Amino acid sequence: MIAIRVDDLSHAYGERLALNRVTFEIRRGEIFGLLGPNGGGKTTLFRVLSTLLPVQSGHVSVLDRDVATNSAAIRQRIGVSFQAPSLDRRLTVRENLVHQGHLYGLRGLELATRIDDRLARLGLTDRMHASVNSLSGGLQRRAEIAKGMLHDPELLLLDEPSTGLDPGARHDLWRYLQQLRSQNGVTIVVTTHLMEEAEKCDRLGLLDRGQLVALGTPAELRAEIGGDCLTISADEPTRLSQRITERFGIEPKLLGQTLRIERAQGHELLRELVEAFPNEITSVSLGKPSLEDVFIAKTGHRFWEETENTNRVTG
Amino acid sequence: MESVDRTFRRSLAFWLPVWTLTWRELLRFFRQRSRVVGALGQPLIFWVLFGAGLRGSFQAPEWAPSEMSYQEYFFPGVTVMIVLFTAIFSTISIIEDRREGFLQGVLVAPVPRLALVLGKLSGGTLLALIQAALFLVIGPLLHFVGLGPSLGWHLSPVGWLAMVGFLGLVAFALTALGYSMAWSLDSTQGFHALMSVFLMPMWLLSGSFFPVPESGWLSWVMRLNPLTYGVAGLRRLMSPALADVSASSSLPSLWTCFAATYGFCVLTVTLACWLTHRRSVINVR
Repeated sequence: MIAIRVDDLSHAYGERLALNRVTFEIRRGEIFGLLGPNGGGKTTLFRVLSTLLPVQSGHVSVLDRDVATNSAAIRQRIGVSFQAPSLDRRLTVRENLVHQGHLYGLRGLELATRIDDRLARLGLTDRMHASVNSLSGGLQRRAEIAKGMLHDPELLLLDEPSTGLDPGARHDLWRYLQQLRSQNGVTIVVTTHLMEEAEKCDRLGLLDRGQLVALGTPAELRAEIGGDCLTISADEPTRLSQRITERFGIEPKLLGQTLRIERAQGHELLRELVEAFPNEITSVSLGKPSLEDVFIAKTGHRFWEETENTNRVTG
Repeated sequence: MESVDRTFRRSLAFWLPVWTLTWRELLRFFRQRSRVVGALGQPLIFWVLFGAGLRGSFQAPEWAPSEMSYQEYFFPGVTVMIVLFTAIFSTISIIEDRREGFLQGVLVAPVPRLALVLGKLSGGTLLALIQAALFLVIGPLLHFVGLGPSLGWHLSPVGWLAMVGFLGLVAFALTALGYSMAWSLDSTQGFHALMSVFLMPMWLLSGSFFPVPESGWLSWVMRLNPLTYGVAGLRRLMSPALADVSASSSLPSLWTCFAATYGFCVLTVTLACWLTHRRSVINVR
């Protein structure tokens, strides 16, 4: 059962290509994470999936309906929670939910019951008459999610849902999402730039510079690298890199001031390296590959470097 | 039975969003007291100050009764100004809604785009009518503190209904104009700029501030200004005494006023709907 099918999707803002021939599928009832640095294309993809942006080229279907021709039917069945909360700040939490319910054709007793339920589930009951302006960022985020859940959507799209949440609230949110998935069979798509959050997804798509560079469960993605990861710090990483290549026939990846080597049996190489270059190496660590390592392996750059570059370009 | 039920559901899916968007517009407005005061206070002050300052130099147009003071002449114009200010400023909220993220929440909801337009426009129109009604009550009361002329209302219930209905039409058209402007702009500064170079002159040259001259370029500009017919129509509906005055360039016939205002309304509402139907990048930032 497929919830979302994206086929050869490209999207450009003027000259800038934000999505470049992306193809993948999201299954029903899974939590799917779109992971990538800011500017990688995940927000653009999110907007196309939520029917905000038109499909420029390629083909997208959501819940078996074509986004290009049938967005009205899709809108009734999806819930969307935005990165910048779409709440009216001058209204109270409850007024926002009443308004949302009316937009989705809900009213009267049914609407009131649903509102009470969502408020209770997200721990907002005692704040329901507070103006949104007076709420903390975390509470606003919860109200935003309550809003997206009000009409019992089959598919929930969440753009950076943990923004502004403290660790406790983040934990609660994920427990709630997992509960929705397992009890109600809701398909959940989240975009995130947090590795620890990506670990909680059933499957992940890695987006970098508009391209889908990897797809799979977190375990599958880590297994693709295989073995261990060595991270070496040195005062002169470039020179050390050359010498490692000369001596061991390995080409380390240079990332800023650190070198990275992926290899099975990493502990043996670690010992040999430290013996061979006792003075050049300032520190070295050995670990199982993380999702960040997967990202580096797939894109050849650090997760955050790209972010900084994009920030510089956009000002 | 089933088809009745389905028809009911379908019309509910359209009118419930219209109602809720209108309701939100009113709620927001009355939570911001400064906006209530600003939209009513400025025109009121204009009316008193210009009324006092221009009293001596004002020459009543030939159709007017000879004893007409400037303040009496200015009264319908100020009413239209209140409608303009309220209607236009209520649409600025589109730019704020977009910036704060509220608008995209509405855009992903299964709401027909026409319902979105109508919700915004009825909200703005109702606010404009409420503010104008306040002025119609407060304005004549200023006479008792010596700041205004004695304005007796001599309208029949049908006359009142016609006047309020016509004012509603003017407000709807102006709100749609503001909507179209706000929909295409990405900053409130841009809106204020358009306000001063386009909307204020439109109001000044509508016969609300001074009568339309018989000839010259200014006369043509004013005759082509759709708001001229809004002001003139309101002037006729406010004073039953003018009913027998024949049409002239500064006071067209009631039917001309109605037809022109209606046309203006259809035009601006169509523009607002057309703009809303296009999915544009500006709305999803």
